[in-house]
Amino acid sequence: MTAYALTDAWTMTRRELSRWGRQPVQLVVNLVFPVMLLLMFGYLVGGGRGVSGEYRDYLIPGMLALTMAFGLEGTMLAVTQDLNKGVIDRFRSMPMANGAVLVGRSAADMLQSAMALVVLIGVGAALGWRVHGGAAAFLGAVGLLLLFRFAMLWIGIHLALVAGKPEMVQAVQILVWPVGFLSNALALPDTMPGWLGTVVEWNPMSHTATAVRDLFGVPGAESGHVWPAVIWPLALLAVFFPLAVRRFGRLSR
Amino acid sequence: MADAAITVEGAEKRYGDKKALDGLDLRVARGTVHGVLGPNGAGKTTLVRVLSTLLRPDAGRIEVAGHDVLGQAYEVRLRIGLLGQHAALDEELGGRQNLELFGRLHHLGAKRARARADELLERFDLADTGRKAVRQYSGGMRRRLDLAASLITEPEVLFLDEPTTGLDPRGRAEVWDSVRSLVGGGTTVLLTTQYLEEADQLADRISVVDTGRVIAEGTADELKARIGGDHIDVVLRHAGQLGAAVALLPLTGVTVDADRRLLSAPVTDRMEALSGVVRALQESGIEAEDIALRRPTLDEVFLHLTGDDHRVKEAV
Ligand SMILES: Nc1ncnc2c1ncn2[C@@H]1O[C@H](COP(=O)(O)OP(=O)(O)OP(=O)(O)O)[C@@H](O)[C@H]1O
Ligand SMILES: [Mg+2]
Repeated sequence: MTAYALTDAWTMTRRELSRWGRQPVQLVVNLVFPVMLLLMFGYLVGGGRGVSGEYRDYLIPGMLALTMAFGLEGTMLAVTQDLNKGVIDRFRSMPMANGAVLVGRSAADMLQSAMALVVLIGVGAALGWRVHGGAAAFLGAVGLLLLFRFAMLWIGIHLALVAGKPEMVQAVQILVWPVGFLSNALALPDTMPGWLGTVVEWNPMSHTATAVRDLFGVPGAESGHVWPAVIWPLALLAVFFPLAVRRFGRLSR
Repeated sequence: MADAAITVEGAEKRYGDKKALDGLDLRVARGTVHGVLGPNGAGKTTLVRVLSTLLRPDAGRIEVAGHDVLGQAYEVRLRIGLLGQHAALDEELGGRQNLELFGRLHHLGAKRARARADELLERFDLADTGRKAVRQYSGGMRRRLDLAASLITEPEVLFLDEPTTGLDPRGRAEVWDSVRSLVGGGTTVLLTTQYLEEADQLADRISVVDTGRVIAEGTADELKARIGGDHIDVVLRHAGQLGAAVALLPLTGVTVDADRRLLSAPVTDRMEALSGVVRALQESGIEAEDIALRRPTLDEVFLHLTGDDHRVKEAV
């Protein structure tokens, strides 16, 4: 059985890629949406300063982290759809590696998120944004963003397995937004009322955004903040990965 | 037991307080079609899910194709095909993409998976729709594709959970034809249905299931014989006389089918019933087009077994 673990994982990943091929518009929308958010916050909310100068340097790392956080919805939606379409029953009744369904999901979602990062960074560069850190620091920042996405991914899988119904995806979508914005993605916690600032500083997403700013060499960024951005996602994974895997196994209860 | 493709002894499955399977027993010989007949909520889907390793039973010994569904789930999965009550397909992908995907997951390899997909699309008359997304398929097409997907590896044992529910008569006939053509190939089929006609048409043996238990088992003929009594059918010339006939004829437990101007009733003594009916018709002047004695239909057996009549249930 395990002899096929890799083949099956690859087959399941290819399944997701075929779905992109079937619905290219959906894929493009997913990739363009974060860009839209970036422009919206840069030009509208950013007080007319546009996507330039200091705020831009601050905003782009925040948008990258926010995009990773919003990936949770996409993962949850996809898993919920699979569960409700019954196609998971066919997978489970076949002699395939047990985990391949989840591995395929992870691989495809991570790939899509990596593409979203590339698009967003590309648009930022086109608007004149530059990283000030070195290449290694840049790759480190991308790594931290993907690590954070990976944690979001398993939270998404777990929530889908727990909630199970499409209505619940909507509920989570409504919740993800405030949680996403209750971070330092768009604004400094110093500018918020005390208790809110505390919540924002505790938000795992804020740690990732801060560390990314540091690694990108954003002027005035808090330095030495890389470790929390490693530890938080790993801690979330330590909780939600086993929970999700157990839930998946329990589909047979 | 070597010739049994499916053995179920004392299967139990609870959902909270509800017993979906309550000591169910079943034995299906290799190469036969076994019908599981039962009303809504009888436990048919639960049984199929347990047999196809999707659901863990709480108790019981359950073997499929010579392997235990709990301890040897992988061995079982190698040998079964499943057509669930609801379509188990990737709706976004095309028909061919679905079949190729499942072929690869059966480890046929890319080339054989492709060839097998083409073969099955051809066989199920889906060849020219293979590129369309399954989302755009009609109910009948979807069912055929689902059936094709469950046959990727020519399984030893095939489970069909209400394969024709929700299909129009043409779709139903198509699925029936497919099932019949499979049986020739030596596959063992377990088929659940609410349609008595379907079990009668397709199954060698039938288990009637209610509240998670088998309440009767046998061939269609045996089941009919077991609840005994023949039936008498009287077709009248004028529908207007149905009411009068029910009152006059020396019969009890009469059912009326107004469209066909038909009266039916169980009888104990065939000859006595026949002569009694003929005499009553002559005396009253009610005109009959046809009078016939016959064995009960599976429909009648079914209502008899699953109805409120617990005394009958006990006796069987
Ligand atoms: N996941 C579940 N949770 C709780 N109860 C369930 C669940 N699945 C089935 N049941 C209950 O178990 C019993 C048997 O259900 P099952 O689906 O096996 O019946 P069925 O014979 O397939 O019915 P139908 O003809 O409607 O498909 C029913 O009373 C049903 O309500
Ligand atoms: Mg059912």
